[in-house]
Order: sequence, then structure tokens, then C-alpha cells
Amino acid sequence: MAEFRTPDQDSARFRRRVAVAALFVLVCFGLLASRFYYLQVKRHDYYLTRAEDNRIALLPTVPKRGTIVDRNGVVLARNYAAYTLEITPSRVGDLEATIDGLSEIIPIEPRDRRRFRKILEESRNFDSVPIRTRLSDEEVARFVAQRYRFPGVEVQARLFRDYPLGATASHIIGYIGRMNQRDVDRIEERGDTANYRGSEYIGKAGLEQSYEAELHGQTGFEQVEVNAGGRAVRALARSPAVPGSDLELTLDIELQKVAEAAFGKRRGALVAIEPETGGVLALVSTPTFDPNLFVEGISTQDWKELNDSPDHPLLNRAIFSAYPPGSTFKPFMALAGLTTGKRTLGYAMADPGYFNFGGHRFMDDRVGGHGMVDIHKSIVVSCNTFYYQLANDLGIDAIAGFMGPLGFGARTGIDLPGEAEGVLPSPEWKRKRFRKAELQRWYGGETISVGIGQGYNAYTPVQLANALAAVVNDGKLFRPHLVRNVLDAHGVKRPVAPEPLRTISLNPAHVAAVRSAMVDVNKSGTGARAFRGAPYEVGGKTGTAQVFSLKGGKYVEGRVSERLRDHSWFIAYAPADKPKIALAVLVENGGFGAQSAAPIARRVIDYHLLKSRADQPADEDADAVESDE
Amino acid sequence: MSDYSVHLLEVVRRLLRALDPVLLLVLLTLMGYALVIMGSASPERLDSQLLHGAIALVTMWVVAAIPPQRLLGMALPLYLLGTVLLVGVDLFGEVSKGARRWLDIGVTRIQPSELMKIAMPMMLAWFFQQREGRIGLREFIVAGLMLVVPVGLILVQPDLGTSVLVAAAGFYVIFFAGLSWKLIVPVALVGIVGIGSIVAFGDTICQPDVDWKVMREYQKHRVCTLLDPTQDPLGKGFHIIQSTIAIGSGGITGKGWQNGTQTHLSFLPERHTDFIFAVLSEEFGLVGTLVLLATYLLLLVRGFHIALVAPTLGTRLLAGAITMIFFTYAFVNMGMVSGILPVVGVPLPFISYGGTALVTLCLGVGILMSIQRSRISKQT
Repeated sequence: MAEFRTPDQDSARFRRRVAVAALFVLVCFGLLASRFYYLQVKRHDYYLTRAEDNRIALLPTVPKRGTIVDRNGVVLARNYAAYTLEITPSRVGDLEATIDGLSEIIPIEPRDRRRFRKILEESRNFDSVPIRTRLSDEEVARFVAQRYRFPGVEVQARLFRDYPLGATASHIIGYIGRMNQRDVDRIEERGDTANYRGSEYIGKAGLEQSYEAELHGQTGFEQVEVNAGGRAVRALARSPAVPGSDLELTLDIELQKVAEAAFGKRRGALVAIEPETGGVLALVSTPTFDPNLFVEGISTQDWKELNDSPDHPLLNRAIFSAYPPGSTFKPFMALAGLTTGKRTLGYAMADPGYFNFGGHRFMDDRVGGHGMVDIHKSIVVSCNTFYYQLANDLGIDAIAGFMGPLGFGARTGIDLPGEAEGVLPSPEWKRKRFRKAELQRWYGGETISVGIGQGYNAYTPVQLANALAAVVNDGKLFRPHLVRNVLDAHGVKRPVAPEPLRTISLNPAHVAAVRSAMVDVNKSGTGARAFRGAPYEVGGKTGTAQVFSLKGGKYVEGRVSERLRDHSWFIAYAPADKPKIALAVLVENGGFGAQSAAPIARRVIDYHLLKSRADQPADEDADAVESDE
Repeated sequence: MSDYSVHLLEVVRRLLRALDPVLLLVLLTLMGYALVIMGSASPERLDSQLLHGAIALVTMWVVAAIPPQRLLGMALPLYLLGTVLLVGVDLFGEVSKGARRWLDIGVTRIQPSELMKIAMPMMLAWFFQQREGRIGLREFIVAGLMLVVPVGLILVQPDLGTSVLVAAAGFYVIFFAGLSWKLIVPVALVGIVGIGSIVAFGDTICQPDVDWKVMREYQKHRVCTLLDPTQDPLGKGFHIIQSTIAIGSGGITGKGWQNGTQTHLSFLPERHTDFIFAVLSEEFGLVGTLVLLATYLLLLVRGFHIALVAPTLGTRLLAGAITMIFFTYAFVNMGMVSGILPVVGVPLPFISYGGTALVTLCLGVGILMSIQRSRISKQT
């Protein structure tokens, strides 16, 4: 190292050093070349995929949701385009400051902010989230003039769902709402995630929910090339969205309006069915609600009002609430007796006004009884004793065996979500229903109560209406349905065919006897006052479902509070010879069937057969209180 | 012919003789390649790239016409000027992007560290030539000091990329001057062990609260990003990931000129400067990268040849060092873009956009030509 060298030695050393350097260069370049080989040949496919993933984005095009119209083409649910003001959080620095700035130009209510926060929590940072919906033209103009101040804020034209009739038929139509995590999970379970890419709304209730698949349509996709900033540069391919199908209902919205108006402020339900098809003409549950409140996310205050109300406006009583049918059960019991041969058309019994069973005395309404009572009279005067005796003769198994096929105690399968089963009492049902052995036992006395539609009996209005429709339609039981036609985007009409569930074999003579008794109910019996002067023949039966049992004492209406009053039932069909409508009406705490429910049925049948309408609440028939039910 | 025109012809002949045909061919090939790639990566910069090229070629030509001994004679003043300017930068320099690199001298802004890339090897070559026949430990220590001072001044700006290049340029001269392997090997070992341990303990030392003391936060960040690019997919790591994707997706023949999706959809960062190699790889594939590699290799072979036949110790050392500087530029840039070296901000030589770097590099080519010509003129 320290020795001095000759220039020749230096030169030789330098040549060696250059050789080392050259070798180093070759090694390093070899390293690079092998790296390039690795990346560009060995891993080429992987990196090509990565590059394509970078480059190509699939942008969903959300299909237009199908509309809903009634049987006459009246629009019940539709879409309209409106402007929304939307913020993309990832492109905005200070969200609060931006919203404050916006509120100086466009009114932004505290509820708008709250809703924004809520949606923000559920969405990704690069989604655009609405802060204001339904901007007026003036508001749009004001914002556009100041747009430069608000990067990441944009006005978007969007389709909104609108229910033009508001609260009318709200339980049928239902509503759509923003998809939440539960909806997303459900869609994933159905394997439908791809079709919901980009969708923000989904049917949450009513037909909007049960016909979600038809109404939603097929999401289209646009394959676009995007740059590093995520901006679409050009479209590569597209498959257009297929709009959702339109629904045409069996529902007559005018009849629905008449029916809803007839209820006034009373709580209750009505189901009117076209017996020949099972098509639902009207389906009422009162009180109603405005479905438009739900579309953009309901405010906390509105939700509280609806959800905490003791009247439970969100509850669809027509298909979910099951009540004892009371005396409306008697025509079906009569048919059971005749069909099983336990009673004949010529049979008559003397009614002492009570029925003794196992040391207990079951009372009739009329002290001293109705005298000689046959099938016809038992229905017209609604004689309890006749049916105590009949129930006892039939036994619970035979009753359940006859009522089951009529659809009692089972979901009718109506095309609405959330239908309840109700209860068709039987020893078997009791064994399943109760855990404790002593409660599981069926007592003979319980059969007696079932015979007059009380006790464990609990049916939904739609079950009762449908069973009646089957009886007056030669025993043909349909699955009740609200949708008559599904019209797809190509204009193809797919009719929802009446779907007969089964045909119950009934002797026409037996049916005719029961039907003639039901016609006389409205002529001379418990429904006569409500149908006085009707220019058509109508069959019907009143009923009263006990809410409160006064042990030992007599039920006196004035003594019990309104909420403990009996429920008022009425079933009817008209015209009597060739029924076009069969219905069940329930008025909660309405007292006797003839008092509240029958006048509502009169209104509905009047409109359906005569197109005469009255859009005020049907009067309570105060005199009917004295009726002999 | 008039005397004047004879004289002019003589000047032209001398100037033409100054050019080494091999180097010129390689250089024009690279610059042509650069224009093709720039036409895709950033067409709007073609005009200024052409202008830079013209200025660089003229610079090269002028330098090539100057005898090497005269060039070496300028080493000391250039080195001193450079060092003074570096001190000036550290004291009064303009801050841009967190680093103090530019000096405003009224007319224009200059980057003295760029000057040092050439001044450093010239200075050391000149120094060893002065001490020819008496080169011992003392000379190496002095040379080491001459190396360390400017490198240190650049490192504190902070500019890791340039300090690495300047340090390498000086080191190559010392290496070719015959620094004992006994000293080189331990330094190399320390380096390997150091880098090895950083890789091995990368997870621990890259925790945000660990202070590295010797390096700035952004330098620590660069090293850590190299160790695990996915740690920081939208920062520097994103650059490496995207450039690797660009290279790999190019395949054997590439996606074709102006068809690179990574390039044209802005996934590639700094596509016209430090990451231009990824553009080339994506659009021309393995074929394109190997052509570039071969062209560089030709440049290096010619450079080594010139060094081996250079007439004096000083020109030998200078030619060898300049050749290795070209190599270092190329290797570090391609290595960082393809993800085997950290991102240090070194341009791809003769290809990346940027006038200063191109002029500096062509100045180096000019020096090589000057040395080559001096041998020819000496022989004849």
C-alpha cells in the first residue's frame, strides 16, 4: 500500500481494476435483466391483470323502478326526476365548513344534516351522499353560480319514488327506503349482489317489498376506462339496464278510498275479494301512514310518532292481526254440521237460552232462548245455543278438519309480506302451543266456545274474507292476490293467473241453505238496519269478538273503556246470486258487528255495485246496539 | 479558396475529428430512443427535450475539442467553485419540496450539486495525476477528505440521490487509482451487513416512532417503503407498485407505442422523469428494455476501452470514473423503478426529461471523446 510503484505496475493494476469494474457492471446488468425477465415474462399474467384492474371499472347503471297502477290504471307509485345536492366526502376537506357554506346559499335544515350523517355512516368515503333532495330550479341556479367554491359538491338529477295518493292504500303499496346492512346481507344470501350494485333503494314494505324482484329491474353495466384519479376516460362496453316491470293491481283504488273513508278515525281492517279470481279489490288497515315519509329516510320525529302511537298505524291489520271471528264463524260452522251429516236441513232444536256442559252453563244472548231453531234461523238470529250444541256434537277435531281446508289458521299466501297465521284451535295446536302438560290438555268446554267463534279462535280479516269467497264460489279457494298483471320493460304482459289452492267439496244444497240464511240476515236479521233499502241482494253475517271477559257480569258497553270494547265484525258478499265481491270488515273496539262494521260494508258494496260513493265515515248505527246478537 | 475559408474548413475538420463515432452513435441512439418514449410519455415536452439535446450536444462537442490536460487543469477551480456554491446553498439556498438545493445567482437558479458530479472525479483524477508515482496512504486519505466534504454538504441539503452519485463518482476514481482491497473489502462488508440488517429488522425500525438520527424522515421513509411497498400504497410505495405493474404488464413485446395504460391513465408517477423507464418497459416490453440495456452496455464498453488506452494516469482515472458514473445512473434508476433499489431520485441517463442532467451527462461524454482524441493525436 505504502510502496511506490512504477507507471507500468500502475497501468497493470489499473487494467485489473477495470476488469473488476466491468465484471461488476455485468453482474449488475445481469441482475437487472433477470429482474425484467421475472417481471415481464414469469409474472406477466399477474401484472397484466393488475394493470387491467387498474384501468377498467364497471359502473352500474341503476334500472328505473317499475310503477304500480290499480286495475283502472290509476298511478299508485311512480318515479320522478329531481335534483339533489350531493357531497363526495373524499373530495371535500372540511365537511362541516362545506355544509355551513352551502347552507348560506341553499336552505339546509337540521334534519337534512342528520340524515346526511346517517347516510354517511353507511356509505363509503368516495360515494356521493345527498345533503339536500328535491331542489327547486332556483336553488339549483343559485348553487351552480357558486359551484367553484365547493369542490366535491355536485347537483345530480336522480329518480325519486313518489306515492301520489299519499296515505291511501299505504299498507298495500308499502314503500322503498335506502338499503341498510340487513338488506345487503339478504341480497347477498339470494346471490343477487351484482344486480344491486349501484342501487340505493329497496322495497321495505307492502308490494314494494314482495314484488321487489319484478320492480327492481336488471342493473346495466358500463365498462369504462378510468385513470388514476378514478375518473372515467371512455366507455369500453355497455349493457343497458332493463327497467323494472310495472305492476297492474286487482285493486280498485276508488273502492279503496271509499272503504278507507268509511272507517273515519276508527281502527280496523277490511278485505274485499273478487270470489271468482281471488283478486283483492280493496284491502284496508286503518289508521294509515304516508309512505312518502320513508323514501328518503324517515326523520326520527316522524318515526317516533308512527311507531309509538297506540293506534299502531304501521301495522297491517288486514293480514297481520288475528281476532276471534265471533258469530261470523257461524255460517262456516253450519256448513261443517251439514257437510259432516251431524245436522240436516230439516233439523231443528228447541233453544232454552242456555247450554249445559260439564257443570257449566253457556248462555245465549236472549234470555229464554229463540224457541225452535233450525240451520236457517240459527244464522239469521245468530243463535248461540244452536252452535254450542253443534260444536259439542262435532267435536274439536271435526271442526278443525273442516275449517282447515277453508284456509282458517293458515297463511292465505296473499302477495304481501308479513302475513300472520292466526289460530285454528285443535288439541294438536294446543300441544304445540303450550309447554306445560296441564295446559296442553284440550277440554271439552273449549270446543263449545270455539263453536261460536270465541275461545282460542283467531283469524285475520283476509282469512275470513277468503274463506267466505270460497264458500260463495262453489268451494274454490284461491290464493288471494293484489297483482293482476306484471308488465315487463319489453311490453310483455304476464298475467298473474288466479291460483286455486284447492276446491272444497260442498253440497250445493247445503251452500244454498247457508247463503239464503245469510241473505235473510240483511233482510230481517242482525244486518237488516245497515242494508235497509239496498237495491241488491246481499248475504252477510255480523260478529263480535270479545276483548274483555266480564266474569259473571253482563257486558255493558258504557262500563268498559273504549279500548276494551268488543271488536265489531261483518262479513258479506253481493250480489247474493252471483257474488262479485266478498268481504270481511273488522272495527277494533267497535262493539256489535251490526253497529260499526256492517255500515262500512254497505258503503263498500254500494260503491262496488252501484258506483255510488260517500266519502265520509260510515255512521255508527246506535240503534243496532239493541240487536239480538 | 480564400485564407478565411481554408481556416474555417480546418476548424470544422478539427471539430469533426473531436467526435468519437462510436460514442456519438450510442449517444444519438439513446437520445433518439428518448424522443420516441417522450413522444408517448409527454409529447408536449418534445420541443424542449430537443432543445436540451441540442444544447447538450454542443456542450459535448466543445468539451470534446478541448485537450484533456486543459480539462484536468480546470479541475481545481471548478471543484473549489462548486464547494463554495454548495456552502452557499446550505446557507442561502431556496427551499423547494423540503430540500434546499437551488441557489439564486440573480440571472438564474443553479443547482451546484449537479456541477459536483463532474467536478468531483475531475478533481480527484487531477490530484492523483499530480501525485503520480508517489501515491500512498496519505494520498488516499487526502482524496477521501476531498470526497467527503462536498458529499456531506449535499447530504445535508438533503439530497440523498445526488450525494450517492457524487460519492460514487469520487469513489470510482479512488478505486481505479488502486485503493487497497484491504480497505475496500471491509467497507463493502459493512455496507452489505448494514443493508442486510436493515432488511432483516425492517419491521421494527420502520415503526413511526423510531428515530433514525442519521437520516431525514423522508429518507427513512424511502428505505422503509422499499422494504415493504404495501405499507404505504398511496405514497412512495404506490409509485413502486405502479411502476412494477407497468413493467410486468408490458410482457415480452409491450403494449405498443402510446398504448401503455399505466402511463396514459396517470397511474405512473413522474412518467417523463425518474420513472420514464417504466413507460418504455410497458410499451416496448422486454425487447425494449433489453435494447436499452445493450445500448448502455455498448456505451460502457466504449468507455472502458477509452480508459484502458488513455495516455496518462489522470485521463485513465477520469475516463474510468465517468464510465462508471454512467453505469451508476443507469443501474440505480432501473433498479429503483423495477423495485430492487430504494427510490432515490436518479434520472435514467440520456432518456429522462431534464436539461441539467442531460448537459452534465453529455459533458461526461465530451470528456471521454476528448481523452480518446488525445490518444489518437498522440499516436499520430
